[in-house]
Amino acid sequence: MNGHAVSQARPPIAAAHLRKDTWWALPLAVVGVLTSFIVYSTWAALQNAHYFVAPYLSPFYSPCLSKSCLHLTLGRGLPEFTVPIIGVVSPALLILWGPALFRLTCYYYRKAYYRSFWLAPVACAVRDVKAGYTGETRFPLILQNFHRYAWYVAVVFIVFLTWDAILAFRFPDGFGIGVGTLVMWLNVILLAGYTFSCHSCRHICGGHVDVFSKSPTRYTLWHVISRLNERHPMYAWLSLGSVGLTDLYIRLVSMGVIRDLRLL
Amino acid sequence: MPTFTMRIFRGDTARGEFRDYRVEAEEGMVVLDVIHRVQATQAPDLAVRWNCKAGKCGSCSAEVDGRPRLMCMTRMELFSEREPVTVAPIRAFPLIRDLVTDVSFNFEKAKTIPPLRLKPPEPDGTYRMMQEDIDRIQEFHKCIECFLCQDVCHVIRDHEENKRAFAGPRVFIKVASLEMHPLDTRDRTEFVRATASVGLCNITKCCTEVCPEGIHITDNAIIPLKERMADSFDPIVWLLRKFRGQTTQPA
Ligand code: SF4
Ligand code: SF4
Ligand code: FES
Ligand code: FES
Repeated sequence: MNGHAVSQARPPIAAAHLRKDTWWALPLAVVGVLTSFIVYSTWAALQNAHYFVAPYLSPFYSPCLSKSCLHLTLGRGLPEFTVPIIGVVSPALLILWGPALFRLTCYYYRKAYYRSFWLAPVACAVRDVKAGYTGETRFPLILQNFHRYAWYVAVVFIVFLTWDAILAFRFPDGFGIGVGTLVMWLNVILLAGYTFSCHSCRHICGGHVDVFSKSPTRYTLWHVISRLNERHPMYAWLSLGSVGLTDLYIRLVSMGVIRDLRLL
Repeated sequence: MPTFTMRIFRGDTARGEFRDYRVEAEEGMVVLDVIHRVQATQAPDLAVRWNCKAGKCGSCSAEVDGRPRLMCMTRMELFSEREPVTVAPIRAFPLIRDLVTDVSFNFEKAKTIPPLRLKPPEPDGTYRMMQEDIDRIQEFHKCIECFLCQDVCHVIRDHEENKRAFAGPRVFIKVASLEMHPLDTRDRTEFVRATASVGLCNITKCCTEVCPEGIHITDNAIIPLKERMADSFDPIVWLLRKFRGQTTQPA
């Protein structure tokens, strides 16, 4: 690159930005929503109680992989963990790193928190707050490129959560549907929407192919995922809300604060 | 007829300031029309670059009320008569005078892109592509080189020192259109990583927000390029490739 255009001076305009619209509103809202979610989910994960009320299991505590947890069926045939931390530490802490890493490295959430928390840039054409900038070229941010591994993990979680949602039809007195069943299904559908609209998913399933006409299945898959991918931000927010509210619903039912309405 | 106060940047790199001009705007007028009216009636020496007045040549890029836009595609209806409308040159590039900047940075960066390297032709001597093979890259061909995306990108806009390393969103869509080309045999992932420094982009999507052609720069070009880069350290992809045989060669 020759230095020609690089060395010459830019327009002498000192203002950090000349925008007149309410560009700060969106980043502020993102800070509010993300902070509330982090506070709530950390609190809920530390409770180690009220995460199960037959037949509903909170997504924060799924999968239950130890007999010591309160899950309906998965306890059968599973090893009795004797690792000392289990039972002391909430099982949610052994689970939540998966979804947390998935969201932390998500291309969309990266955009959201780089703008709202990092302020780089807080809004378009508004000057970065920090002087130096190296983007995702160095440790630790270079690790964001491993997002697809978190996606592989997230797919496993979708399988578990679907299983939980199926079990949510199995009441102590047999088959049934409660409001909680619908809540759990809505949650798993939104989470699947989020997981399968992921950019890494889009790439792995077909985006890497250059000659689509030679890989018709991958092309179809890529096409479908691309349509979903357009709505990835929407799924990101809706599923964030649904996962928190599903936990809250089950928690409140389990605490006896509200009653689960049996529909069938 | 509504009368606006246009607060226009006047000057060069040594000395510049915003000056106010009162100007009438008829219904349907765009910012460029109003700028031309200022030029015709009050400031004949006002420098402004334009050509097509149809959003197709990419010449009239500026920052109107702080947002990078094509002046010829920005209607005056968007603004209020009660407040001045600021019109500034695109700030990421060297200023020539008034609203005109030197955008040669972008052309210099374009020269670094490894060009298409065609596959050998089919036995009958021709090349064939199917529509589905090129749909994806046709989006990138809509680019009018207005460089609004390059201007808004904070990597270079706010950090001049990154201009040496970073190629910018306009270059990434060009690279993506070659990289995804069905007849191309070159692998540009190393170029994307080391020469164009895609890692500096933090996918905050301002380029996509300002693109007048509505190109999904971040979602359809930059993120796929980052993913192609990630393929090189994904053991699953590596295994699959070994299985099928590698088809591309390094640039
Ligand atoms: S998405 Fe990347 S290339 Fe586009 S403006 Fe943001 S940092 Fe620049
Ligand atoms: S990609 Fe869009 S914003 Fe960038 S130069 Fe092309 S048309 Fe302009
Ligand atoms: S989950 Fe958002 S991009 Fe993968
Ligand atoms: S004058 Fe051609 S794009 Fe505005």
